[in-house]
Parts: sequence; C-alpha cells; structure tokens
Amino acid sequence: MAQDRNGAAPDHHAHHDDRADDAPLAIAMRGVVKRFGTVVANDGIDLPVRKGEIHALLGENGAGKSTLMNILFGLYHPDEGEIAVDGRPAGFKGPRDAVTAGLGMVHQHFMLIPRFTVAENVILGSEGSGVALDRPAAERRVGELAERYGLRVDPRARLGDLPVGVQQRVEILRALYQGSRTLILDEPTALLTPQEVDELYAILRRLRAAGDTVIFITHKLREVAAISDRVTVIRRGRTVGTRITAETTAAELAELMVGREVVLRVERPPAHVGDPVLVAQGLTVAGGHGQPALADLSLTVNRGEILGVCGVEGNGQAELVETLAGLRRPDAGRVLLKGQDVTAADPHDRRRAGLSYIPEDRHNRGLVLDFSLAENVLLGNADDAPFSRAGRIDARFARSLTRRLMQTFDVRAPSPETPARSLSGGNQQKLIIARELHREPDALLAIQPTRGLDVGAIEFVHRQLVRERDQGRGVLLISFDLDEILDLSDRILVLYQGRIVGEFLSGKVSRTELGLRMGGRSEDGQGREREGARTSAGAAA
Amino acid sequence: MDDFFTISLLVATLRTATPLIFAALGGLLSERSGVVNIGLEGLMLVGAFMAATGAHYAGDPFVGLAIGVGAATLAAVIHAVWCITLRGDQVVAGTAINLLGLSIPAFLTQRLFDTAGRTPTIDRLPTIGRGLNVLVPVAFLLVPIVWYLLFRTKPGLRVMAAGEDPRATESVGINVARYRYACVLASGALAGLGGAVLSIGDLSFYTSNMTQGRGFIALAAVIFGNWSPLGTLAATLLFGGAQAIQIQAQTTGLPISTDVLIALPYVLTLIAITGLFRNSLPPAGLGRHPTTG
Amino acid sequence: MGRDASGKARGPVPVRQPDAVATGVTPVGVRLGAAARSGLVSLAAIGVAMLVGALVIAVSGDDPVLAYRALLSGAFGDRRGVAETLVASTPLILGGLAFAVASRAGLFNIGIEGQLFLGSLAAGLVAAYGLGGAPAAVHLPLAIGAGMAVGAVWGAIPGVLKARTGASEVITTIMLNYIAYRISAFAIGRDDLLPVNPDRVATDPALPGARLARILDGTRLHAGILLAIAAAVILWYLLFQTTTGYRIRAVGLSRGAAAYAGISWGRTITVAMVLSGALAGLAGTSEALGLQGRHYDQPPGYGFTAIAVGLVGRNHPLGVVLAGLLFGALNAGATEMQSTAGTSKELVQVLQGLVILAVAGVAAAERFRVGQWFAARFGGPRAGRAGSDRASAVGMEPDLEPRAGPPAL
Repeated sequence: MAQDRNGAAPDHHAHHDDRADDAPLAIAMRGVVKRFGTVVANDGIDLPVRKGEIHALLGENGAGKSTLMNILFGLYHPDEGEIAVDGRPAGFKGPRDAVTAGLGMVHQHFMLIPRFTVAENVILGSEGSGVALDRPAAERRVGELAERYGLRVDPRARLGDLPVGVQQRVEILRALYQGSRTLILDEPTALLTPQEVDELYAILRRLRAAGDTVIFITHKLREVAAISDRVTVIRRGRTVGTRITAETTAAELAELMVGREVVLRVERPPAHVGDPVLVAQGLTVAGGHGQPALADLSLTVNRGEILGVCGVEGNGQAELVETLAGLRRPDAGRVLLKGQDVTAADPHDRRRAGLSYIPEDRHNRGLVLDFSLAENVLLGNADDAPFSRAGRIDARFARSLTRRLMQTFDVRAPSPETPARSLSGGNQQKLIIARELHREPDALLAIQPTRGLDVGAIEFVHRQLVRERDQGRGVLLISFDLDEILDLSDRILVLYQGRIVGEFLSGKVSRTELGLRMGGRSEDGQGREREGARTSAGAAA
Repeated sequence: MDDFFTISLLVATLRTATPLIFAALGGLLSERSGVVNIGLEGLMLVGAFMAATGAHYAGDPFVGLAIGVGAATLAAVIHAVWCITLRGDQVVAGTAINLLGLSIPAFLTQRLFDTAGRTPTIDRLPTIGRGLNVLVPVAFLLVPIVWYLLFRTKPGLRVMAAGEDPRATESVGINVARYRYACVLASGALAGLGGAVLSIGDLSFYTSNMTQGRGFIALAAVIFGNWSPLGTLAATLLFGGAQAIQIQAQTTGLPISTDVLIALPYVLTLIAITGLFRNSLPPAGLGRHPTTG
Repeated sequence: MGRDASGKARGPVPVRQPDAVATGVTPVGVRLGAAARSGLVSLAAIGVAMLVGALVIAVSGDDPVLAYRALLSGAFGDRRGVAETLVASTPLILGGLAFAVASRAGLFNIGIEGQLFLGSLAAGLVAAYGLGGAPAAVHLPLAIGAGMAVGAVWGAIPGVLKARTGASEVITTIMLNYIAYRISAFAIGRDDLLPVNPDRVATDPALPGARLARILDGTRLHAGILLAIAAAVILWYLLFQTTTGYRIRAVGLSRGAAAYAGISWGRTITVAMVLSGALAGLAGTSEALGLQGRHYDQPPGYGFTAIAVGLVGRNHPLGVVLAGLLFGALNAGATEMQSTAGTSKELVQVLQGLVILAVAGVAAAERFRVGQWFAARFGGPRAGRAGSDRASAVGMEPDLEPRAGPPAL
C-alpha cells in the first residue's frame, strides 16, 4: 500500500467495493477551514460520505473531528469551504436546520434528561401539534419505531434507570424520530461495554440496511475495521486520506492517524536512571457503569527518567492523575513516594513529601485565575515556611520569589501583582511550572503540559521537563500527544481501558506500534521491545 | 375537642393555606423551569398592595385583584430579565425584589394615602360562606391545573426539560429562555394572587409587610413538597394548619407553644433539604444557563 | 459572549476562543482593569440607582434635587447628622463584613438577619444578668463574646449542612432566619426563666457595666462604630494576610484549584460561615449594647441591607466600610429629606433595593459588554466568570479546548 507522507489524499483505489462507488454523496464537505483566533482547528478538510454507507472519521484527540462535526451540524460556521447535504449546498444556521435537513447527532455525552422517560426524551422538541401531550400514543409511536430498527428499549422506562448502552439507543431513537437519514455518532463506544458495542454495531448495520447513512467518529482502529465501509483519516486539522476499509490495514491507518513528521525535537542526553521514586501498585478505581476506570494498574517512575504514558483520552488518565495526586482514594492498590506509602495522604501532604504537579487544566486546576501571580505561587505552598509563619502569609517573600521565578522561567507579565487571568496560556503554564519546580520535587507529574500552547512555549516546557530529569527527578508525563511522548520519554507505557497494555523503551518502538496499542490492537507484534524495558512490576518489587 | 373547634380549625386551615398555595404554585413553576425565585415574598407584597390600592381607586375588589396580579407580574418581569436575559445572579435579583416589594408600598402609601404603610379600608372580595373568600376554591382548583399543565401538556414537558437540563433542551431546538420567561411571569401572577388574598380577601386593607414571611413559607412548601404540585399542596396544608392551630391556640389559650408551631415549616424544610429523611430532588438545572451548563 | 447577552444565542454551544493567543498585556491596563473595574461597577450601580430614585421622586411629584440635597444635609450637615450616619452605619458595616466573608468563600449568606438577631438576643440576655456585680472589664467582653458566639453557631449550621449534605445555603439561611425569630420570641416570653421584660417586647435593660459607651457627647454615637472599624481592619488582615483568609479566597474563586492545592472545601466554607455568623452576631450585639441598651424582639431588617452593603462594597473590607457609610448616610438623612422635601423616607429603602438590582445588572452587563470593551482597550482578557473559565460540558467541544477536568470535587 502506498505510503502517504505528505498528507495528500491519493484516493484512487481500485473500484471493487461491493457498494456502488458512484453512489450519491449524502454529505460532501470540501476544503473546510475553521480558525479560532490564530489556531487553525480545521485546515482544509474533505469529507465525502456516500449515501447508505458507514463512514468512519478517524483521528487522534485534537485532530479536528469534533470541530468538523460541529460545523456540519451548524453549531460553528466555517471560515472557508463548501458543505453539501444530499447534493444541495447546506449552510445551516443551527442544529435545528441540520435536523430539518435530515441529520441526527448522537452525542458522546448524551443530551438526555435522566428523570424523563424514554418516550419523553425521544419526543422532546418534536412532540407534534396540539397542546395536550398524549403520552400513551407517544409511547406507542416510540415503541413501534424502536421495534422497526430493532432497538430494544421500553418507552416507559425512566432514562436514568437504564444502562448507558440503552441510553445511547435512546439518542439514536430520538434522531430517527426526528426523521434523520444521516446519523453522526461522536465516539459512540467511549462509555460502552464490549457487549454493548456489539449491539451498537448490529443497530448501525440495520440502519445501513434500511438505507440510512452513518458517520462514525472514532480514534479506535478496531472499530474502524469492525464497522465502517470507508474511512477518512484526519490529522492536525487536515484530511490525510479516505480509504475503503476493506482495502486498508490497521498499520496503514495507524500511520495515517499519527503521522510521521516530527515537529519538535528537544536535545535529550542519555538518561541516568536511578532508584524508583514514585510507584503505583495495583491501582484499581471504579469507573462509571460498572467498568473499572483503572484496573490493577502498576507503574514505576525512577529518578532521572521521563516515563511517558500515552493513550487516547478517556482510558483512565484522569483517574490515574487524581489517584497519584491524592484527590482520589483507589479502591485497591497503593501509591509509594520515595518508598513511603502515601495512599492515604492528601494532596498537600504529598506535596510536602516531594511530589509536584503540572495539571492539564490550567484554568480550573492549576491556577486561581482571579488571583495575582504571587497569590498563585502561594497555591499549595501557603501553609509552609517561608511562605507563611504562624498563619501569617509573608507577602513580601511571595512577591520577591514570584519576581525571581518570573525572571528564571521567563513569565512575561508586568508584575507579581498582575492577575493570572490576564496572562497568555503560555505564560500561565510557565507560572505553574515555575511554582511546581522551585520546590525541587523528587517526582513530577505532568499531564498534557503543553495543551493549547504555541510552539515557543511548548519548547520551553519540554526543555524544563528534560532538565528536571537530568537533575535526578522522576518525571511522569501523561499526554494524548504521541509526538510529545516520543520526543521526551525514556520509557513509554500505553494506557488502554485503565490498563497498561504496552511498555517500550524510547527509540525502540514505532509510532505505528504505539498507535495500534492505543487503538486497542495488540496482536500486531511488530516493533515490540518488552524484553528490553525495565518492567514496572520488576522495579517495584 | 368538639366539632365546632374541628370545623373552625379546618376553615382556618383553608384560609391560611390559600395564599401559600398561590405563591407556592408560582414558586414551583419558576423553579421547575430552572429559575430560582426567592423573591416570592416581595412579589406577594406587590400583589397585596396593588390589589388594595386598585380596589380603593376602582371601588371594585375584582378590578383591584386584576391590578394586583398585573403589578406582581410586571415585577416578575424584572426578575426574569435579570435572571434569564442578563444572566445576573438569581439570588441577588430575588433579594432585590424582596426589598423593593417591602419598600415601594411603604413609599407609595406615604405618598398616596399619607399613612405609614397602610391603605384605606376597601371592600373585600365576596365570600363563599364561613368567611372564606372566592379565591379559596380557586387556589385548590389551580393545583390540578398546574399538575395537568406540567405533566400532561407539551409546554409542561418543555418547562420541566428546561429545568432539568437547559443545554440538552436547547439541543433539540427548544427556546429555553421563552419557557423560563413564561414560568417566571406566571410565578409573579400567582404570587400576586396570593398577596391579594391577604389584602382584599382576608383583610380589607394593605398594611406594611403583611405577608410576614409567607413568601418564604411558600418557597419552603415547594422544597418540602419536593417540587411536585401535590406534594406542595400537602406542604401548604401542613404549614397552613400549623398556622391555624397557632391562631386558635392563641385565642383559646391552648397549652401549645405557638413559637414551635410557627417555626415548624422552617424546621421541617431545613430537615428536608438536607436529605436526612428522603432524597431532596430539586430540578437538576436550577440556576443553570443553557450555555454555561 | 455578546451573543449570549442578546439572548439570541442560537446553538447550545457557546463559541469560545481558545486562549492560546497571547494577549499584549500593558502594565497600566491590567492594574487599572482589576482595581478600577471593581470600583466602577459599584459606582455605576449607585449612580443608576440614584438616577432611578430621582425619577421616582420626580414622578411622585417632588423635587429630586431638593430631596437629595436634604438627604445629604441630614446625613452630614451637622455634628448630630454625622453622628447619626455613623450610628446607622455601624450594624450595616458589620453585617456587610459578614456577607463579604461568606461571599469570599463562594457562599451567599442571606441569614445575616437571623444571625445578628440571635447575637443581639444573647448579648442582651448576658448584659441583663447581674453576674454578682461583675466589673465592666468582665461583663462587657462576656456579653460581646456571647453575641458573637451565638451568631457564629447560627452561621456554622448552614456551613456544616452545605459541607456535609450540599444543602443550598440560600435556602437553609432563609429557614434559619425564621427559626431565629421564633427563638427570640420564645425567649422574650419566658420572664419566669430569663431576664426579660414582662411586657414581652424586650430583654431587661443591659446593666451599665455591659453597655457600649457613648463616645460623642449629646449624640447617640456609641463605641460600636469603633468595633465595626476594628472588625473591618481585622477582617482585611485575616483575608489578605493570613493563610486562613488565603484558603477562603482560593476556595471561593476556584474550588478545583483549591482542591489540587490540598485545601479542604468543606472545612474552609465552615470556617467562613462561622466568621460570617460571628460578625453578624457582633452587628446585633453592637445594636443591643450600644444603641438600644437591650434586645428588642423585633427583627431589624438591616441583615438584608447588609447584603446590599456587601455587594456594593465588592466584598472588600474597605469597600464595605464605604458602602456601609453610604447606606448609613441614606438612613440618617432620610428623616430630614421627608421633613424638608416631603419625600417619604421610605425612598431610602427603595434605593437600597434598586442598588442591589443595579449591582446585579451592571455586573452582568460588564460581563457581556464592558468586559470586551476593557479587553479591547487595555489588552486584558474577557472579564467575568460566567462561561469564560468553565469548561463547556456539551458533547461536542472544539478539539482545541481543554476538556473538563475530573468531576467536580
């Protein structure tokens, strides 16, 4: 299969799909561009969806999938590009127009009301004429529709009592009830059990058989193979190819999805790996809907190394972070910091014990935006000398330290009194990093430390992480950005559904292999380097 | 306890519960649509004052009633604009409504009647026997009507959806603001009715702060009734009954602490909202806007 | 955000700009923006309220200029007027401080009225006991301490309930207000047990040793104003110079960031409510021991005015003192306004309601429009909390947006 290095889409495959290749297009998006400020979320995306097919839209987090679908649904307005639905140019002003045109959206986070019944949820907004609500009739109609598509669901059941998989069926049912002929499913398997996923597939096939069109947004290769007729891959806001699923391989798709080019490279001398400093043993955390968010997860961060955890968002990263930071008690397992059991310690005690933390969410976790820079430097430090003595805060010390940190870490702001809210994202992140690193921690947790930053700020953050490593700290880097993981990590773990499903030494694993693992495929053993890696279990013992 | 006492207690309960039912149904609608309305007290006062004033100038209690209800509805428009369009703080707005409901009548009585917070005596609304005015049956009739509107009509479904999850409701193309406006305005009209019952139904004049916290008891009834019309009715009867017993106890010298009886609604509500006895289930989208989730 | 203000936002998803874009920050702009915006909102609100008030006066047939001039002269015209302004300001400042400290922790304390009422009752009762002829040095602190302690307990209840069960403090404090009224009525009725007046309207007069001294001859000005100023200074110190205040402010501004920094939300809001209740209790105490010399069983209502004082004072002790003085002046000048200009003194209460409305309205307007104007003018970011820093919870976020973090803690 032809390699696709430059991002162009050579979509000239042999025409032996069993579906009519010249079937009319249900959705045709061409050259769609969407900018947010200076950030280009969609940079010329083409999406040709044929009538009656299941079309997968594949891409990593941040590739631009959701933005594209928001544009299609009339929630955003594209800066450039054309959209046609059923051959007619479509410029939807809002979701209402999209629904009228026969589009239906199944949201990843359901737009349903738990206290309403199934029928109430389905008919809401399309109750029909008249003021009175004929519930029995509505329930009958909903029941009939459900039966026609084989969507087993009781119209009278209270939605909140139903399992997630059934709730999703209600979303599908609602789209059908509204007359949708093209269904868009946004990461529809994210919350489902494997059995529910199978049922979903069956439903989608029945829809296809009935002549409906399905757009299936996903980042999981397995799902692309399992359900789609064709697949469009997007990366960094661009279409990198549309393929007939049957004619492509998981490896090709993985490569298309994660790309090859290396945007940033940080000088990284060889690591001098020391003792274990942060150890997780058998962490188990209950998730929603009976599935564990973390399942017996163990990992070890050693001094002098950057341990990268890659994986698609929603596979337990949030729970892992919260458990390590002390915001969540695991149902089972232990967290050790410098050999001490800190499982029961609160975030503050863990900080004192030598753990620093760069959170993903600057605005809601890392900073108090309406605090000044100096007050933000106090965050997490306020109770400790020399920041305070006997309950009295040493504001002068905080200011002078902040001024020093601003210089050292190049935080560009007028003064320590400036509110954090007025800083750019890059400067906000530098402030957090400055605060967290000046404590000279033993272990550093960095979660998506460069999300939303510009290139200059990203490079700065990366250099800091490597510098910390070289000073003998243990760095745990959790990121959804594979480039970041590959650039910085000495050792790489792959997190999938709350488990570590792969461990590799940096430089001895291909992106494709990582992409496959992140997508939940492990049978493809190419590039595997487990033997060479110091395993978590071994190091922890 | 003789029959006379029982019947007079029952009548007294009906009378004390009536203003509470009106105001509580108003609060129920507002809260069900997702707008916190702690301004019921102020809206009741506006209704009570304008009903008496209107009746005084028109010489007809029914015209007064219409004016009172209209004025309270107008006052509710302020709450709606502040809470829904401006997206200001709903509690702050309600607090302002309460202060204005107390002070504007005081200001106007001074100006219009040259008294400190009292209107002249006016003709009362007609009674249906035993001193119960015509609005008493109306209040009780309204309970099934509100129930029907909420649970058996299309607008009712949308109101409850707006109150449960405004964002999901907007996602199916429903204009949440429109339904919220309707409910907040209705809460004004109903609270105004509740106030009018006091000034031109039970009494025949308005006097400063004559609601004496009934707006807050009505709010308490909504919470204690778990945001359901029938539960709210039961709560207003319970609270009204407590008030009636207290009045009877005062007049007949029953050995019951009236303070305990008066405090009962508040204590019960305090316990109910903490969920110690049962789950308190306020609308999930209370105070939330479609765009901020 | 402008489109939200218009009420015509079409889709359920707010179009928000990723913040990655560096904003050219000008030093002057930020400083001006932060400090001035706060004061400007209050001034604008007061201005709007006064204008509407003038309109009300004019419509009711009086001369607004004359009325406001009389108001001013009544409040500041002579020694007695100034003293009355300070007398009226005292409970408003203390109540405003009580509102402010709860607000700083993110709580809306409507229960100041009940807290100060019970504080007044407790102080009045303690002050009326002989205590075997205890000297003032013992009796007065004891009475003040009792008032503050009871207020603190009445404030702690909604704090604990919220921390433990999540019960809205708005509802619980309203309920506790009415329960407080009944407790006072009950106590005042027990002349068999307590030192209360048999006519059931008040406690017995406070003994001389437990009274707050008059501090200006020929006026009603008492030492309560000194307590209020001292409380403001102490609260300022507590909020901005101590770790306790730091925690309160952190929790109020960002519960999430506070949690990640190891600050306990439940403990912190309880502490804030205890402080709030104690300050409210002090407000009632100062009235009982200073102005009235006893506790009257009549809810004074300024527990609600205190909300306006806190709002206008932007929950800053200095702002609260200024706002308290303003509202005190309004109350003090009202009588002269009525006698000179013929405008009912009730107008002052109307003005207070209007100020609260205006604060809410102006703050909202600032969020939508002025915030953008400031941003354009001074290079600061969008102002306001609504929407700008809350993660969008809609199913389809733009990929560039940071996702909502872990569930609310």
